[in-house]
Amino acid sequence: MIPLHHYLILSALLFCIGLYGVFTRRSAIGILLSLEIMLNAANINFVAFSKFVTPDNPIGQIFVIFTIGVSAAAAVVGLAIIVAIYRNYKTIFVDEINIMKW
Amino acid sequence: MVNAAYSLALLPVVGFIVNIFFGSKLKLKGALFSIACIAGSFLCACLLLRHVIAGNSIEQSATWFTCGKYSFSAGLVIDQLTAIMLIVVTLVSLLVQIYSIGYLHGEKNSTRFFAFISLFTFSMLGLVLADNLILVYVFWELVGLCSYLLISYWYNKPSAALAGKKAFITNRIGDAGFFLGIATLFYYLGTANFREIAEKLHHGGFDPHIITIAGILLFCGAIGKSAQFPLHVWLPDAMEGPTPASALIHAATMVAAGVYLTVRSYSVFSAGNFSLQFVSYIGIITSLLAASIALVQNDIKKILAYSTISQLGLMMVALGVGGYTAGVFHLMTHAFFKALLFLCAGAVIHNTGVQDIRQMGGLFGKMKITASTCFIACLAIAGVPPFSGFWSKDEILLAAFNHNKVLYGLSSLVAFMTAFYMFRLYILTFTGKPRDPHLHPHESPKVMTWPLIILASLSAVSGLIGSPLTNHWFSHFIYFHPEHHIEVNYLVMYSSIAVGLLGIAMAWLFYKACPNIPKALAENYKPIYNLLLNKYYIDEIYDTVIVRPFLALTRFSFSFDSKIIDGSVNGTATVTIWISTIKAWIDKYIVDGLVNLTASMVGAIGIVLRRLQSGFIQNYILLIFTSVIIIVLLKLI
Repeated sequence: MIPLHHYLILSALLFCIGLYGVFTRRSAIGILLSLEIMLNAANINFVAFSKFVTPDNPIGQIFVIFTIGVSAAAAVVGLAIIVAIYRNYKTIFVDEINIMKW
Repeated sequence: MVNAAYSLALLPVVGFIVNIFFGSKLKLKGALFSIACIAGSFLCACLLLRHVIAGNSIEQSATWFTCGKYSFSAGLVIDQLTAIMLIVVTLVSLLVQIYSIGYLHGEKNSTRFFAFISLFTFSMLGLVLADNLILVYVFWELVGLCSYLLISYWYNKPSAALAGKKAFITNRIGDAGFFLGIATLFYYLGTANFREIAEKLHHGGFDPHIITIAGILLFCGAIGKSAQFPLHVWLPDAMEGPTPASALIHAATMVAAGVYLTVRSYSVFSAGNFSLQFVSYIGIITSLLAASIALVQNDIKKILAYSTISQLGLMMVALGVGGYTAGVFHLMTHAFFKALLFLCAGAVIHNTGVQDIRQMGGLFGKMKITASTCFIACLAIAGVPPFSGFWSKDEILLAAFNHNKVLYGLSSLVAFMTAFYMFRLYILTFTGKPRDPHLHPHESPKVMTWPLIILASLSAVSGLIGSPLTNHWFSHFIYFHPEHHIEVNYLVMYSSIAVGLLGIAMAWLFYKACPNIPKALAENYKPIYNLLLNKYYIDEIYDTVIVRPFLALTRFSFSFDSKIIDGSVNGTATVTIWISTIKAWIDKYIVDGLVNLTASMVGAIGIVLRRLQSGFIQNYILLIFTSVIIIVLLKLI
C-alpha cells in the first residue's frame, strides 16, 4: 500500500507546478489551466486524507466531487471573462491588460 | 366767519406752494398770483374786522394731541387784538408784495422772494390767530425761518449769508427762554391757552414768583424776536436782505411779534410782581441805546433798523408801564410808517444804487413822490400832530407819565432823538444839492409809488382812530382793564409836540443851517462819537466775550472729539486689527496647517500605496500568496 506522504508530496508538486504556471504564464488561458492544476492538487489531498484518516466514511471523496463541480463552473465564468476581454482588447495576455492600474 | 379765518390763513400758503414749485415757469404771473392770494387774505381780514367791531369774537379749538394726562389743543382766536394785527399784517404784506414787483424787476428767481413772503405772511397770520402758546411757538419759529430765508435772499453774498445766520442764532437764544417760559406756565397752570391762563390767573391762588419767572422767560422770546437789548444785534445786520423784506419783516410785522406776544400774555406779566418792570426797563434801555446809535449812522437802512429797535423798545416801555392800549396802538401806527420809511429807502437805494446818506442829497427834485411820502413818514415818527405817530407816542408818554416820571423823561428823550435822526436822514437824503454827481436818480415806476402813497395816507390818518377827535375809539376797542378811563393830559401832549419839533429844528440847524456843527461836535467829543458810530462796541464785545470763547470751546471740543474719542475708537480698531492679524496667522498656519498636513499625509501615503495597484493580475496573486504564507508562518510561530 502506498503510504500517505507519497500522495502529499505529489499533491505539493502539483500545487507548485500550478503556482509556477499562475505566476509565469502571460496567457489568461494558461493561468486558468494552472489554476485547475492547483485545484486538483488540493483534490488529491482531500482524497488521500479521506482514505487514511476516515477509511469508513468517504467524506473527502464527496467533497472533491463538489469541488470539481464548482471549479468547472468557475472555469466557465473565467473563460467567459476571457472571451469578453478578447472582444474588447484583441488580446488575452494579462500583462497587456492593465486598465486596472492606478 | 370761521371760514373767512381759515381762508385768510391758507390763501398765502397757496401762494407759497404755487411760487415755490412753479415759480420758475410762471415768473411774473407767480408774483401776481401770490399778490392775489394776499389780497384775498386782506379782504377776509376786513370782513373779520367788521365782524369784531360789531361786537363778536371767534374762538375755536380742537384737541391736537394727547400726551399722558395732558391734552394739547390747537385753535384760533379772533378778538379785537387779532383783528387789528390781521389787518396790519395782510395790508403791509399786500403793499410790500406789489412794491416788490417793481423793486425786484429784472432779478432772477424773484418768485423765490414771493414764495418766502407768502410763507412768512402765512406764518405771521398763524402766529396772530393761534390761541395757545405752543401753537404760537410753532409759528414763532416759522417766522424766524422766513426771516432767515429772506435775510439770506442774496445768498451768494457772504455778508447776507452771515447776517441770516446771525439773526437765526440770536433768535434761538431768546427762543430757548421762550420755550422754558411756556414749559413753566404749562407745568404750573396746566394749560397753554391764553384765555384759560388769563382765567386761572384772574382767580388768584398762584405763586407770583413763579409767574414772574415765567413772564420773564416768555419775554426772552420777545427780546430775541423784537430785537431788544441785549439780543438786538441781529436786526441791523438783517438789513442785508431785500428792502421790501426788511419793510415787511424787520420793521412792520415780525419784529412786532415780540410786542404781540407780550400783549397776548399780558395777564402773565401783570400777575407777576416784577415782570412788567423788567419789560419796561429792557424797553427803555433798548430804546435809548438804539436811538443814540441811530444819531450817527450813515447807512440809510441801518438808521431805520436802529429806529425800529428804538420804537419797539418804546412799545415795550408802554406795555411795562401798563399802557396796554398804547403799546398795541403804537405797534399798528409804527407798522405803517416804518414800512413806508423802508419802502422809501428801498426806492432810493433802487434808483441810486447807494445806501450811504452822505452820498445822496437833493433827491427831492428827482423823486417827488418818494420824497413827499417819506416826509409824511418822518413827521409821523417824529410825533408831529395830526400824523399817526403823534397819537400813539403821546399815549405811550402819557402811560409812562402816570406810572414813573423817570421813564417818562427818558421816553421823551427817545422821542427827541427819534425826531432828530429821522430828519437828519430826510434832510441829508432829499434836500440840498446832489453830493455825488455820478448818481442819476429818477422816480420809481407806478407799481412802487402807489404802495408808498397808500402807506403815507395810512401813516397820516391811522392815528386819528385813537385821538380825542374820535373820542379815543381805539382805547374802547382794545383794552386790558375794562374800567380803563381815558384822560387827556395837555401837559404831556404839548411837551411831546415840543420835543418832536425841537428834534426837527435841531436836525434842520445841524444839517441845513450850520452844517459845521456835527463835524465840530464829532471832533470835540470824539470818544462819544466813536462809541455811537461803533454801536457801543456791542458786536465787538459779543465777539470777544461770547463768540470767540464759544468758537474756542467748539474747537477744543472738536479736537477732543477727533483726538480722544475718535482716537479711542481708532485705537480699539487698531488693537482689533492686531489681534485679528495674530488670529489670522494662527488660523492660516496652525489650524489650516493641521488640516493640510492630514491631507498631505494621506496624499503621501496614497502615492506610496498606489504602486500596489499595478494592474498586473500576477502581482496581485503574488501578493495574496505571500500574505497567506506570512499569515501561516506567523500562526506557526
